[in-house]
Amino acid sequence: MTPDTTAAARIDVVNLTAFYHGQPAVADVDLVIEPRQVTALIGPSGSGKSTLLRCMNGLHLTVPDASLTGQVLLDDADIYAKGSNPVEIRQRVGMVFQRATPFPTMSVRDNVLAGLHLGRRLGRGPHDDVAEQALTKAGLWQEVKDRLKAPAASLSGGQQQRMCIARALAVEPEVLLMDEPCAHLDPISTLTIEDLIREIKETYTVVIVTHNMQQAARVADTTAFLTMSAVGEPGRLVEVGPTERIFSSPRRQTTEDYISGKIG
Amino acid sequence: MAAPASTSASAARRGLPRRLSVNTAMTVVLCLVTAGVVALLLWILGYVAGQGLKYLGPMFLTHTPPGDPSQAGGGFANGIVGSLVIVGIATGLSVPVGIAAAVHMVEYRGRLARACGFLTDVLIGLPSIVTGAFVYALWVAHFGFSGLAGAVALGLIMLPLVIRATAEVLRLVPVELREASLALGVSRARTVMSIVLPTARSGIVTGVMLAVARAMGETAPLLLTALGNDLFLETNPTRRMSTLSLQIFSNAITGFATAQARAWAGTLTLVVIVLVLSVGARLISRRGIVRSAR
Repeated sequence: MTPDTTAAARIDVVNLTAFYHGQPAVADVDLVIEPRQVTALIGPSGSGKSTLLRCMNGLHLTVPDASLTGQVLLDDADIYAKGSNPVEIRQRVGMVFQRATPFPTMSVRDNVLAGLHLGRRLGRGPHDDVAEQALTKAGLWQEVKDRLKAPAASLSGGQQQRMCIARALAVEPEVLLMDEPCAHLDPISTLTIEDLIREIKETYTVVIVTHNMQQAARVADTTAFLTMSAVGEPGRLVEVGPTERIFSSPRRQTTEDYISGKIG
Repeated sequence: MAAPASTSASAARRGLPRRLSVNTAMTVVLCLVTAGVVALLLWILGYVAGQGLKYLGPMFLTHTPPGDPSQAGGGFANGIVGSLVIVGIATGLSVPVGIAAAVHMVEYRGRLARACGFLTDVLIGLPSIVTGAFVYALWVAHFGFSGLAGAVALGLIMLPLVIRATAEVLRLVPVELREASLALGVSRARTVMSIVLPTARSGIVTGVMLAVARAMGETAPLLLTALGNDLFLETNPTRRMSTLSLQIFSNAITGFATAQARAWAGTLTLVVIVLVLSVGARLISRRGIVRSAR
């Protein structure tokens, strides 16, 4: 069981450096993720945005030959401390990926309930009420309520992505990490998901990686800009602040160059 | 701007007739090769069916061979039962171990996994008679010939096939699916059992059926382990047993036309059994693709 499932958690990234095969991908990051806010991570490809995101739920360490130094504090407790249970951490910090990842052997409903069933937090059974709640939060219930037993792959791309969001929300996490959730979606599905992000931030802490600066401007309360000095160099956090300030009067030249389209 | 565009366009046009003729030639070659392969397979199947159907009948499926191989009549009932029992046991022994080894190799990696991958490749190339001799030395020499010893030999032959086929299918399951499951707070083991293996199921079944087909046809290792028993129907695998492959062999080498007719009927039976098992397994695994809690 997760402790207190209603509270959105705060994340403190402290002096974090993440490595693949001993090479740092993102270095020396200090970042505070405030609860009940949307924090966007922007920056050019290779600046370590996704890696940083994957450090926030421990998924980074499931990659072979990946390692990290520094701390990630989830409500003041280091998720990489000895004795911390990665399975429990990932129940508290959910994640949605760039590509919708429906489990192909399961129906829509079983996909939504997968985290609860497989995490042994819910016994066998239909549990349609739980599925309905999660799908409603993800704004998908009206569209799929008659297709709960259909294969998940029969949904459209945008519906699949919202189903994945419902699947992540069904576990009742405190934080939701989103890694370019709209990268493969059409503009209408994108706007639907952005509306959804604004809604769920009332109850969750949301961190979103995006390549789309308009998207960051539209949904994020806080924006963090990462970049690297050259290709192959680790990404570093350049600037973080209220989204409006970052886009209207960035303090650093590289930030201004990036958001005005001069680099990246 | 215009000049390079026009030269490249004219260059493309210059090469066009040649590329068109190469395209036609390659299409013809590929069609011929494919047609040749299909024709060869149909020829083999047709020949086996033509020869086998001359004798195959209810009598063949329900009787044991006559004591004197030159006599007409009788059948391979004991071989059919023996093949199913021995290959069944071999499948039961090799499939769980093989799938577990493949899961370890693909999902957990490490030095042991690399060693397992290397040994699997070596074992696939091992002549089956060597496996038979190995089981003979370790088992038969102490406990005598038995269907069980044959099943162990066939299981050893099937094991690397099952491992390799399963590992290849598991590698095809996208990393994103595993990560999506892990990100839901599902443990690694659960992810493998409930997400990765079900996703790979139909591919694993196909691989297992290839191994079963291979084991069904193996003869050499069984000569050294199950030995054969042409006299009566034996259902106890702790005693020497006949199989279809052994009976095809023993009847084909006699030189009597009657025995050879039985051998042909046996080959057709073998082909049909493998076909029925493969199609059946494919149907069962496909039916399970979308599994609902209801």
